[in-house]
This record gives sequence, structure tokens and C-alpha cells, in this order.
Amino acid sequence: MAGEDDVGKKLFDSRAASLLVGELRGAFASGATRSYQWRESQLKGILRMTDDRERDIAAALRSDLGKPELESVVYEVAMLRNSCKLALKELQHWMMPEKVKTSLTTFPSSAEIVSEPLGVVLIISAWNYPYLLSLDPVVGAIAAGNAVVLKPSEIASATSALLAKLLGEYMDSSSIRVVEGAVAETTALLEQKWDKIFYTGNGRVGQIVMAAAAKHLTPVVLELGGKAPVVVDSGVNLQIACRRIIAGKWGCNNGQACVSSDYMITTKDLAPKLVDALKNELEMFYGKNPLESKDLSRIVNSNHFTRLTKLLDEDKVSNKVVYGGERDPTKLQIAPTILLDVPRDSLIMKEEIFGPLLPILTVDKLEESFAIINSGPKPLAAYIFTNDKKLKEHFVKNVSAGGLVVNDTTVHLAVHTLPFGGVGESGMGAYHGKFSFDVFSHKKAVVYRSFMGDAMIRYPPYTDGKLRLMRALLGGSILGILRAIFGRS
Amino acid sequence: MATREKHLGGSRSSEGCFGFLKKEKPKCTQPLNMTWGKHPAEAYRDEIGSLVKSVNYAIGCLKGWMATKKDFKVSSSTLQAKLPLAAVLSTAEIIPEPLGLVLIISSWNFPFGLSLEPLIGALAAGNVVVLKPSELAPRCSSLLANALPAYLDSKAVKVIEGGPAFSEQLVQQKWNKILFTGSARVGRMVMAAAANHLTPVTLELGGKCPAVLDSLSSSWNREVAVQRILGAKFGACSGQACITVDYVLVETKFSSILLELMKVWIGKMFGENPRESRSMARIVNKHRFLRLKSLLEDPNVKASIVHGGSMDENSLFIEPTILLDPPLESDIMQDEIFGPLLPIITLKKIEDSINFINSRPKPLAIYVFTLNDSLWKRMVAETSSGSVTLNDAMIQYLADTLPFGGIGESGMGNYHGKFSFDTFSHNKAVVRRSFLVDFWFRFPPWNDHKLQLFRSFYAFDYLGVLLTVLGLKKFKQA
Repeated sequence: MAGEDDVGKKLFDSRAASLLVGELRGAFASGATRSYQWRESQLKGILRMTDDRERDIAAALRSDLGKPELESVVYEVAMLRNSCKLALKELQHWMMPEKVKTSLTTFPSSAEIVSEPLGVVLIISAWNYPYLLSLDPVVGAIAAGNAVVLKPSEIASATSALLAKLLGEYMDSSSIRVVEGAVAETTALLEQKWDKIFYTGNGRVGQIVMAAAAKHLTPVVLELGGKAPVVVDSGVNLQIACRRIIAGKWGCNNGQACVSSDYMITTKDLAPKLVDALKNELEMFYGKNPLESKDLSRIVNSNHFTRLTKLLDEDKVSNKVVYGGERDPTKLQIAPTILLDVPRDSLIMKEEIFGPLLPILTVDKLEESFAIINSGPKPLAAYIFTNDKKLKEHFVKNVSAGGLVVNDTTVHLAVHTLPFGGVGESGMGAYHGKFSFDVFSHKKAVVYRSFMGDAMIRYPPYTDGKLRLMRALLGGSILGILRAIFGRS
Repeated sequence: MATREKHLGGSRSSEGCFGFLKKEKPKCTQPLNMTWGKHPAEAYRDEIGSLVKSVNYAIGCLKGWMATKKDFKVSSSTLQAKLPLAAVLSTAEIIPEPLGLVLIISSWNFPFGLSLEPLIGALAAGNVVVLKPSELAPRCSSLLANALPAYLDSKAVKVIEGGPAFSEQLVQQKWNKILFTGSARVGRMVMAAAANHLTPVTLELGGKCPAVLDSLSSSWNREVAVQRILGAKFGACSGQACITVDYVLVETKFSSILLELMKVWIGKMFGENPRESRSMARIVNKHRFLRLKSLLEDPNVKASIVHGGSMDENSLFIEPTILLDPPLESDIMQDEIFGPLLPIITLKKIEDSINFINSRPKPLAIYVFTLNDSLWKRMVAETSSGSVTLNDAMIQYLADTLPFGGIGESGMGNYHGKFSFDTFSHNKAVVRRSFLVDFWFRFPPWNDHKLQLFRSFYAFDYLGVLLTVLGLKKFKQA
């Protein structure tokens, strides 16, 4: 029957979406979400929820992604917990207005910047870190005093259902709601007028989100992806470098992470040693039979499995595999795979891989890597392993990406004092830490003036004398002002 | 940095934006006068002078703005909140970098100010800029196109002229940022076009900015309030400004006092015959003139005119006009007026202005004239707008330390001062790690022992970590 499924759930269409937004606007207008007490209680609710139900969360992640428990604990649960704790600790401080200096041109006056909630915000999250990427933005939205609708990814269906259930139990459902669903439901949501849309996902859908937002002049944050390069120089401890690269690639949802190293660039000289070091460490981590390892997430679904095997099996690339390449379609598992010297125009070098394949490009001199990186769209992250100071500075100065790490990968996500976001095609806007609070706030300028100290020169009728004085005042020089007053300029 | 300084110019410089403003000042004032009849004082106050201030401010702050941010203002809880793995032997910094190629589309009412103010920010942030001034101010547009290149590196800044069709083509290109000043209707089109390339946008739009005038008892305060409101309406491009006072909200019992004061001060500011006054700007073109004329054609609106109302199509002049309680559904109370027509809306209680404002799209600015602290606090807390000013109007535009921008229908993003620099920069996060320390339990293969270590680490239970490592603490299920 059109519009209903077996469970008798009603179709979430445009009308339902409109009603939902209307309800939340009413809740927001009542002022319920603005108080410090409400925000604190909701953040504590998320914390309690995460503490109480950690096992359920890990189970859902295992069901959706085959995610090893440690990855769930460390990368999703713990990071979310920390995000909450930080917000709780800093909230009062973040909510305070920021006093700013005023100058002679507006004398006498005082001014401040007040952070106020935007209103009702929509958060659309991704499937690869479905718990973290759903709730981390929600933490920011709540801290900033907004009402929230969360649309988790349908591809991670167990986590989506769990989030709907848990948020219903632990949070104030007059102001925080979850809408589950796929394209139809997301489209219905995107037709509505939101005060902000926060989207994590791919560039193609990012464009759709922004185009929908444009109709209502809704500001957006787009956390997208890209091809994050890792450049490896000689003269580094290869064992440590490889471990860190592996931890940030296969140790992160088997490479299905927006900040995983997508491809590697190294010198022709170093390549053989580097490949050997990678092989060694990979074997130490995942054993001789990685398809059997319990420490690797599986590929999320058959679509992505097919996509990845297509990348591997492309003619010009299939003979470049130097390690791995095994796959098991029944388990949706692909082993850690390294490819050496793939052609630049191959599919695997054109699109974001988002999987356990690591192509390596070799160059004569490492300086050439910058041109390669800068010839493509700006990625979300870029990494370099080197002890060469000049190369480090050159990299930091000349490679543009959302974030850079020298001598490691992915750790910048964990530093809450750094903004996490993309640039160019890897996204717009940033969050984490106070940036989350700011991204869901409106920074309102507030100016205080008194009725005293009025300057008649401001008002008509305009005269040349007033012009002179005005020039002096805006020029900011006391002497100039005095001169103008006494008619000398 | 040297290039950016050159582009900005400076107090002693004949180059850059400052050089342009200094040398071309008379040339700028003239087209403003010819197009709108803007008096040089008004032109200086609102455009040239403001720009001079902004350039000097940018030059003074540039070094600080460009610096890598290493010492973050964080509370003592930072060390706790950072994940220990990342905190050990690593540094974190934020490096501002240019976005690349930016497009600035400016508006016709303050053609120099709204072109150069963003330009200053874009250049300070190190970008390459294309500036598209409004074709509705052709003299100013042509001055910018012809004179500005002499002061700036033509490889870094291009001024191109053109009409709406041309602008439409421009926004279809791939830019690294677009800053647009104009109407909400066109703002939507700009953002939709930008979406195709995932180009971030700053949209400086408009709205109906209300002035809320409390019943003031002191005559001094009343006079100052009235002057400030009238100055911000009729004295600012004849009300053709995004932050002009669009309409006034006042208590019924105060409205007649207000009206009398306004009439007196309009007389003082513009004389008995405002058309002869050099202090009143004209309407920019016939199209806008006719639009304003049509706002008054509704008989109910016409009946509410209590002062002024006369217009001269030949000289595109409309005299300062006040209306008392025009119908709220009329166009004059639904659309942004952008002209010298000032509706006064009366309310039973001044507090009702909060609901009145909240039932309408969020404006770019709200002006509140009151000595009642609790009214003021309520206005700030319960309404939303780009900015809110106590006891004055339009002055927020001059403050370099305040973000200038809208919210909701009045825009997104902001600029002025450092906000200009930030709006045209990408704040790149950089972490540097040493090779010296690593925690073996960071890496697979996973086991309960490592899991326990992580739990302890994340709970900042360092003693627990130690005990686990020493084998003195056993793994416990969560």
C-alpha cells in the first residue's frame, strides 16, 4: 500500500516535515531551549545515555559496520563523551557576551557580541561514524540553545533506529527529534525552512543540500570529504610512520573515514622500503589472513563493495597491487590493499576511495608532491611524514586543506581547540569544541549609546564645516579634530 | 604581507585602497552628488570617511590577523579535554590562508562603501578579487572600473561592469567565495548558483529595520532620539539604505508628541522646502521612484500620511513623508521601503513591539530608544536581528570590532574589521607530532587489555592506566 510499511508507520512526507518544524518552532519560541538549565540538562542526558547504553551502541555499530569494539569505544563513544563534557564545562563561559572595544568614531559607546541560538536546526549525519557524527553536532546545537531535528543515515540502520529510540528516552522530545529515513524523507526535510542545516556526507549530496537551503536563505555547514594525501619522506622512523598511517586508515573503519589517508606520495627511492614496512606492520596488526581479522570493519554495504572492487579491477590498476587485494563478497570484506605507481588518470585516483585501498604515487623529488596535491580539489586533510624542517614548512604553508598533520594522521580531530571542517570541495564551516557552539549561534552585534554626547555634525543640514569635522573624526586624530573645531583645517 | 599592505595602502601611501580614496575623493563625491544629490558631507560620513577608517584599521591590524594562532584562549580544562594521545608532544595551531579567487558583487546605494569595504577584507586576507559594482550607479561603477586599477595590482584585482544578465553569468563560474550585497531575491539566486560549485557565500541583504521608541520623558532625550531617527532615515541616502530606520514603533499615547517633534526637526534639517535642500538625496532611478509612488497609492495608505507626501518625477525627489498607522497588510508595511517614507505604528504598550517584530522576518538591525533597562534587556534577549542598538541608529556600521551582517532573511555571514579578514580566509588547523612517543595500545590487534587502557585514558584515570600496565588492574566489562 503506498505510504505505509508493514509496521504501519506513516510516510514522512512534506506535510509531516512541515508539521514537525512547526512544532519545534513553537517549542523554540516558548524560550524553552534558551536557558542554561535546559542546555545543561540535555547535554547531561546525552552523557547519561552514552554511559548507560554503551553496549547497545557498540552492538549497533558492530551490526551496521562490523566495527571492532575498541574503535567504537575510542572513536565514537569516548569522543562524543568528551565533546559533551567539554560543552558542560565551558557552557557558561561560551554563553557570555563578548565585550569589544569601541573607537573614537562611535564615542561615546560600548559594544558587545551576544551569542544567540539560531532557532530550529537540521542535522543530517553520515553512516561511517553514525553515533559520533550524529551526536557531536547535536551537542553543539544544544549548547547553543537550538531545537534540533536529527536525520541519521539510513545506511547505518541499526544505529539510526537506536538513536531514534534513545533520544526519545533521554532527551526533551518537545525540542529534539529524530527522523529516520532515506531519500524521500530527507527531501521532505530539505523542503522546509530551517535556521541552519548541518550536513556530513559527500559533495554531490552537499550540493543538493545547499541548493535546497538557498531557497530559504538557510546557512549551511557542509562536512564533506576529498582525497587526503599522505606524503612520506625518507629519514623518518618508518615503523612509527607506518603504524600511524595504518591506524588512521585501516584502523578507522577500514579506510571508510573522511580523514583517512586516501593515497600516498613518496620518492621512487623510498617506495620499496616503505611498502615493506607497511606490509610488516599490516601483518602485525591484522595477521596473515586479514579477511579473518576481527579488528577490521567490513565494507558497509554491497553498493560500496562493488564500487571498491571496480576501482581495484580497473585494467590499468589491477596489476599494480603489491599487497592484499583479497575480497570476500559474502562477508563484504576487502583486505588492506596497497597499490604501487597507479596511473594518475585511473578511477582510483579520481574519486575519494573511502575504503581499504591505498594507492602509492612515486616521484623523483618529494617537492613534486605539492604540485600533485594542489592540482586536485582541496581535501579535508593532508599529512606529511618528514624530519626535514624546510619541507615541513613548505608543506604547511603551501598545501591547502581543511586540516594538516605533520608526522601523524587524523589526530587533529581530537584537538578541540582546532576547527574541524573543509575548504573548497571538502566543505564549508567547521565545528568541534567551541567552534560547534559558534557554528550553531548567531553572533549579534549590540551597541550601547547614551543620549549624551551627541554630535550635531552627523545630522542635516549638511555643511562644509560639518564635513571638515567629520573628516577629522573619522580620521581618528585628536589634533585633526581640534583643528576642525577651531576652523583651521 | 608586503603585497597585502601595498594593496591596502596606508596613511602615507599613494597606492592601494587608501591611495585611491585619498586621491579620487573629489571624483567619488561628484558621481554620488550627480546620481542622488548626496551632499559631500553625507558621502564622506557614509562612504569615503568610513572607508578611510576601515583601511587604516586593517593596515594596523594586518600583522596580527595574519599570524598563526598558537596560544588559544582556553580555560584550565583544556588539558583535560584534549585527548591524551594527541596532547602528548604535539603542537596545535590555526593558520589563516586566503581562499583564492573571490567575487564581490556590490549594491547601488553606497556604491563605494559596499564595494571597497569587502575589497579591503578580501585583499587583507590575500585573495585575488573580481569586483562587480552595481550597474544602477553607472557613474560610480565606471569610476571604480577606470580609476581603481591604477592603485592596485591588476593581476590581483579586476573591476568588471555589467548588468543583471552579466551578473548571472558571473555567479555561475567557480569562485572560492562570493560576497553579495543586495536584495533577498537575488541573494537566493546567488546562493543557488554557488551551490553548484560548493562555493561559500556571505549575503548582506536587507529587511525592515524597526526603531522602537519608548515614551521618553526628558525633552533633551526626545530631541536626540528624534534627530537620530530622522538622520538615519531621511539623512541617509533618503532612506535607501539596508540599515535605515524602516518604520517606528511607539506607544499610542506618545505618538502625537513624536509626530510634532519630527515635523519640527524635519524642518530644521531640510528647511521649509526640502526640495531646495542640498541635504536630501534623490531616488536612484525612475523605476524605484515609481515603486515608492505606488506604495502611497493605496487609498488607506494615502489617508495615513500625516506629513509630506509630495513627489517630483522629473527630479526623482520625494519629500520626507510620515505616515501614521498605515494598514499592516499594505505593501508599505510588508516590503522593505527603501525610501523616504516613514510609517509610525502605534501600540498599546511598548513591550508589544517584541511580538510585532518577532512576527516578521528577522531584520538586519533593530534600534531601541529607551531608558528602561528591563525593556532593553528584553529586546536583546527576545528578538533576533543582525544587530541591536540602544539609543541610536546606523552607528553600528562604523564599529570595526563588531560583525556586520544579517540573520535569516536579512542575510548570512558577516564582515567589517577582523570579520572581513575572517570571512575571506580559511582557518587551517595544523597539528605537529613528534616521533618520540607513541602508545602501543593505539594499534591493533585489539584486546581487552588495550580496551581497558583506553577506558582509563579517556576517563583521565592515569593511575588506572598505570595499574593496568603493571597488570595490577583487570579489565572490567562496561
